[in-house]
Amino acid sequence: MSLRNCRIVKVLEVSPVGQSNSAGDFFELKLEYPDWDGWKPGQFVMIRPTNWELDMLWGRPFSICSADGTSLTLFIQSVGRGTSRIAKLVPGDEVTVWGPLGNNLAVEPDTPTLLLAGGIGIAPFCGYVEQHSAPENLKLFLAHRLPLECYPYEALCGKVDGQSMIDRKPEDLKAIIATLKDLIREYAEQDGLILCCGPTPFMKTVQTFANEFGARAQVSLENRMACGVGACLGCVTKDGEGHHVQVCTRGPVFWTDKVEL
Amino acid sequence: MDMNVSLNGLELKNPVMTASGTFGFGLEFAPYGDLEQLGGLVAKGISLKPREGNPMPRIAETPCGMLNAIGIQNPGVEDFVTKALPALKNRDVAVLANLYACDAEEFGELAAVLADEDGIAALEVNVSCPNVKEGGIAFGQDPAQITRVTEAVKKKAPGKHVMVKLSPNVTDIAVCAKAAAEGGADSLSLINTLSGMAVDVRKRAPRIANVIAGLSGPAIKPVALRCVYQAVQAVDIPVVGMGGIASAEDALEFILVGAHAVQVGTANFLRPDFAFGLAKEMESLLKSIGATSLEEFRGSLQLPL
Ligand SMILES: Cc1cc2nc3c(=O)[nH]c(=O)nc-3n(C[C@H](O)[C@H](O)[C@H](O)COP(=O)(O)OP(=O)(O)OC[C@H]3O[C@@H](n4cnc5c(N)ncnc54)[C@H](O)[C@@H]3O)c2cc1C
Ligand SMILES: Cc1cc2nc3c(=O)[nH]c(=O)nc-3n(C[C@H](O)[C@H](O)[C@H](O)COP(=O)(O)O)c2cc1C
Ligand code: FES
Repeated sequence: MSLRNCRIVKVLEVSPVGQSNSAGDFFELKLEYPDWDGWKPGQFVMIRPTNWELDMLWGRPFSICSADGTSLTLFIQSVGRGTSRIAKLVPGDEVTVWGPLGNNLAVEPDTPTLLLAGGIGIAPFCGYVEQHSAPENLKLFLAHRLPLECYPYEALCGKVDGQSMIDRKPEDLKAIIATLKDLIREYAEQDGLILCCGPTPFMKTVQTFANEFGARAQVSLENRMACGVGACLGCVTKDGEGHHVQVCTRGPVFWTDKVEL
Repeated sequence: MDMNVSLNGLELKNPVMTASGTFGFGLEFAPYGDLEQLGGLVAKGISLKPREGNPMPRIAETPCGMLNAIGIQNPGVEDFVTKALPALKNRDVAVLANLYACDAEEFGELAAVLADEDGIAALEVNVSCPNVKEGGIAFGQDPAQITRVTEAVKKKAPGKHVMVKLSPNVTDIAVCAKAAAEGGADSLSLINTLSGMAVDVRKRAPRIANVIAGLSGPAIKPVALRCVYQAVQAVDIPVVGMGGIASAEDALEFILVGAHAVQVGTANFLRPDFAFGLAKEMESLLKSIGATSLEEFRGSLQLPL
């Protein structure tokens, strides 16, 4: 496990991505680098702006998109009280950051690897693609509700084979499920690796097909968190044996045959 | 300034402890600070047998507070003794076990298991379980049962300091404080969470699967302060105050109304290194407001004539 720490850092930049819309704004948050020894794709951070004072008590968890020695970048969708206030931060504002937290996504450079993202679930794959030594072995599939330019999709497609499908109408969903089924079967047959992050119904679908075809697949969970360090037991999920385990420390990444969604 | 605290035989090097259920078994916070900077560390609640706890969702954020219904998920006392405790031994910090059971007998059994564990400085007794045998009323709401449970723990672990943790969900906290003292408690700690609820009008559903949950954090501090004040008046044993402490000033408010020490709970979630520097900050603040010692300041509240 890499060393963790808790630091107050300054906001460097908050830049909107794509157009704003009723379903929520997407933005990139760039923070000063919190002096980590290292991090692994799939890990996350908790952040809590100082100006929240005692109004909202918990930090908010976000996947690490990149962290390069000078800055830490997060990709965030504004969905509620906390994220909408994070969107209003300005350069120079202070944020408490603790991490890197949790386990990481499996990396097998020579194995054909399928990245399945549902919406904002694309975030952990930004760091994954960046750090992968053989991106030609990666394929990214994105199911999205909002226009494609809201997501960091184009940038990733410069490095990996990409496929995207819109999810607006009931028939869209049917098509997505059929595509997921074909893709998962294909990767299971070649003993590939499948990594998935997205809304729970999306991950459930992936889990079902992965189990059906015997695919090696991981899902990254986004449970609500208070502490992020394994102490409060507010974020738990059930492991393969039906026991509650902390998503923040035993996850957020789980093999699909070892978690109940 | 001397920040040592003597709690009726339990020696703490400073008045800051971390509250049960908010600090894991301690090691979770070791990457963020030196556990030896704490006066004490109360481990998460443990029961005789392992418990899976309540279904999800278990937590919700509320204005200046939070609700939780974890349901005392824990690996059981055996696992605590063999796994969690050895990792905490040989550190210069008082480790308190937090006991959870649903009748006096079970409390006694739990205390017996821990009676000879020298890595445990004290037993904190959580009396919040609804007692099914006695009609589902929480122990903490029935003074007679508080006395019985305290006696049972004291009897089975005679060598251990026993701290009884009181619930604020009662009509008269002074009566409960007296009941614990009568049972032989060496000290009291309060408050546990306030009973509360949160619902979602769009989903027309409760925000917590258990429906009813416990409120904690700065939102409850005024209630906590009042309870501690009344408990201090009611008994002669030391009182440990908690409920919404999120700064050195908050901590000193509890000392001012008479608490010997404090516990920090929900504020550990504001940032994982929160508790580590608190004793030092309390010391600076005491100096800056002209207090000569922690002891002099304790209980020095000036009431209007
Ligand atoms: C390990 C991990 C990594 C994550 N990575 C990212 C990321 O890279 N980018 C990103 O935009 N989001 C990410 N999330 C989700 C993000 O943490 C939540 O969207 C955020 O905490 C919501 O806070 P809020 O106060 O705005 O929402 P609230 O006002 O609390 O809630 C608004 C809505 O969001 C839902 N919600 C609240 N908290 C969560 C949560 N933790 N997960 C899912 N839904 C939630 C609520 O049910 C509600 O419908 C991640 C979550 C986890 C656990
Ligand atoms: C997530 C969570 C879990 C808790 N678990 C326990 C527990 O196991 N035993 C106990 O006696 N109190 C438990 N408590 C109560 C706290 O120890 C404390 O009494 C209460 O939260 C008030 O203090 P605070 O406002 O500083 O958090 C828990 C509180 C929280 C927030
Ligand atoms: S968020 Fe507290 S245990 Fe995971």
